[in-house]
Formats: sequence, C-alpha cells, structure tokens
Amino acid sequence: MSTLHTVNKSPFTNGSLLSCLKHCRPGDAILLIEDGVYGALKGSTVADAVCENLADVRLFLLGGDVRARGIEDEKILSQARTVEYDGYVDLVVEHDRTQSWL
Amino acid sequence: MSEVKKFLYVNRKAPYGTIYALESLEVVLIGAAFDQDVSLAFLDDGVFQLTRNQNTETIGVKNFSPTFRALGDYDVTKLYVERESLAERGLSESDLQEITYEDEDDDWAEKPSIRIVSRAEMADIMADQDVVLSF
Amino acid sequence: MAYQINGHAVEHDEEGYITTLADWSKELAEAIAETENINMTDEHWAVVNFLRDYYEEYQIAPAVRVLIKAIKKEMGPEKGNNKYMYELFPYGPAKQACKIAGLPKPTGCV
Repeated sequence: MSTLHTVNKSPFTNGSLLSCLKHCRPGDAILLIEDGVYGALKGSTVADAVCENLADVRLFLLGGDVRARGIEDEKILSQARTVEYDGYVDLVVEHDRTQSWL
Repeated sequence: MSEVKKFLYVNRKAPYGTIYALESLEVVLIGAAFDQDVSLAFLDDGVFQLTRNQNTETIGVKNFSPTFRALGDYDVTKLYVERESLAERGLSESDLQEITYEDEDDDWAEKPSIRIVSRAEMADIMADQDVVLSF
Repeated sequence: MAYQINGHAVEHDEEGYITTLADWSKELAEAIAETENINMTDEHWAVVNFLRDYYEEYQIAPAVRVLIKAIKKEMGPEKGNNKYMYELFPYGPAKQACKIAGLPKPTGCV
C-alpha cells in the first residue's frame, strides 16, 4: 500500500512540500508539478530538507513544467527523476491513492 | 449499494483567507449522503479552522465554524487534528471548540469527535484511505 | 421580486427564497406558505421552527434525512418519517419548509 503525493506550489512561498515530506511513508513517491518543481533545485534552502526525507521515498519531476521554467538538468537534485505525462499516469496507476498537497 | 470506501478530507488552510476551508466543509456535507466511511484531517494551517470564538461580523463573510458541530448529525464523527501543527502555532486542544456526536450504538451517548493525533499517526491515517481529497 | 407584508416589501430570489435572513417574520412565513398552497398548522410550525433553530445553531439548513432523524428523536417515529414530512410539504420538506422558514436553499440535493 503506497501513496503518490503531488506538490504544485513553490517551497519558497508555501509549506506544502515540507509538510508532504513529513507525512510520507516508505514506498511512497513524490511528484513535483507546476511551481512545485522548484523544490528540486540543488543548493536551495529546502534542498537539505528534501534530501533528508527521501529515504525510501522516490522523487519525480514533471518534465514539461521543468522545461517551461528553464531549469537546467545540472540545477536539479540528482535523486530526482523526470517523467512526462505518460509517466505521471503510470505513477498514479502504480500507487493505491494519490494525495495532492495544495 | 456498492462497498463502503474510506474517504479522508485533508484540510490544510486557515478558514477565511481562501475559500478552501468552506468548500471542503460543503463537499463533506453533500458527500455525507453517500454513506461512506468519512474522516476529516486537520493539519498545518487547517487547525485554525477549529479554533473557538470565531466572529466574522465585521469582515462580511459567513462564520462557518458552528457548522462543524453539525457533522455528527451527518455521521461524520472522526475529526483528526495533528498535535505538531497545533504546537507549531502556539495552540493546544483547549483552543479548539468542542465538537461531539451522539453514538447511536451506545444509547446516544455524547462523545468527542475531535481526536488529537501525532504527525506519525496522521501519516498512518492518510495511508489507510481509499480516497484522499485535499483542500 | 418581493413579498408584501404589512406594507413592507421583502425581497426574494427567482425561486421565492428571501434574500435577507433578518427580514423573516411569522407573517412573512404565512405569506410564503400561501404562495406554496400550504395552510400553516401547528405541525407545519413545528418543522419550520425546528429548521430555524437548527440554522441558528449550526449556520446550515439540515439535509432531509438529518431533519427527519431529529424530528423522530424529538417527536417520535409517527412524525419522524418521510411520508409525514411529504404530507406536510408535498414539494419536499427541505425546499418548501426552508423557504417558509426564511433560510437559504439547502446545500446539495432534495
């Protein structure tokens, strides 16, 4: 039993990503979408918090939202994997439920 | 009637700055007609929805905090509130209004609906649901 | 659109629900009931008064099943049932009784 968490807000204006990280359980996945993708920036003030909480939790980014914001690959945390819309659908199917952190 | 599913409404926003809190409550009340196993979770700024003494007279919006006390009539009797979220905001259980329900299976005894849980327990509650609706 | 009560106009929406809760009076309730072809008896008043008390306390009009459960608890099973409610308010207790009670249209169905 696992959950796909989606986060669509920047962690620099909103606590959703941090709250999400604190409520994840092993086996869960987090998918950052829209402004949520800023949460995967290397060297940011939240990067440590993200990495510390990623034990047994996978981190994904929605590619279209990353490209739209001009975020280059080398700026993204190495733990994060990029998926496209079909990968988003696969993630939804893989997990028992989806929880949006608004 | 199909099988009963577990629905969790997750409330993470303060009551009057945005419409989320009121929308959530309205969906809960309408959804209650479908006889599912409904719980509500209050965490982060969502805990502010349940505080005592709300009075909206001068801001011209409806004070919907009394409506939480009607949830028992709709068989919504599990309101989980996260202890850490309260503490981070300088609040404790005594700052929340009392919400009770009458237990049909226990000679209509009045019981508290609010259950204070830890962050870890909240994560377990979330993981135990069929459907999670976020507001 | 408005009801005329003792020379005062009380605004209502296109379905007949009054727009300002504070405009409500017993005379107004009688007038609204008349437009619904309902002759207000003590039994009607018991339901209308219950709705007003419920709204005062919880800021919502109760769903029909909640209303019926509460009436059943307060006045017994011979009154706390669908049939009795629909005899009093043939076009739906929530819709008609709320209108007469001066409450907003109930959230959700029926």
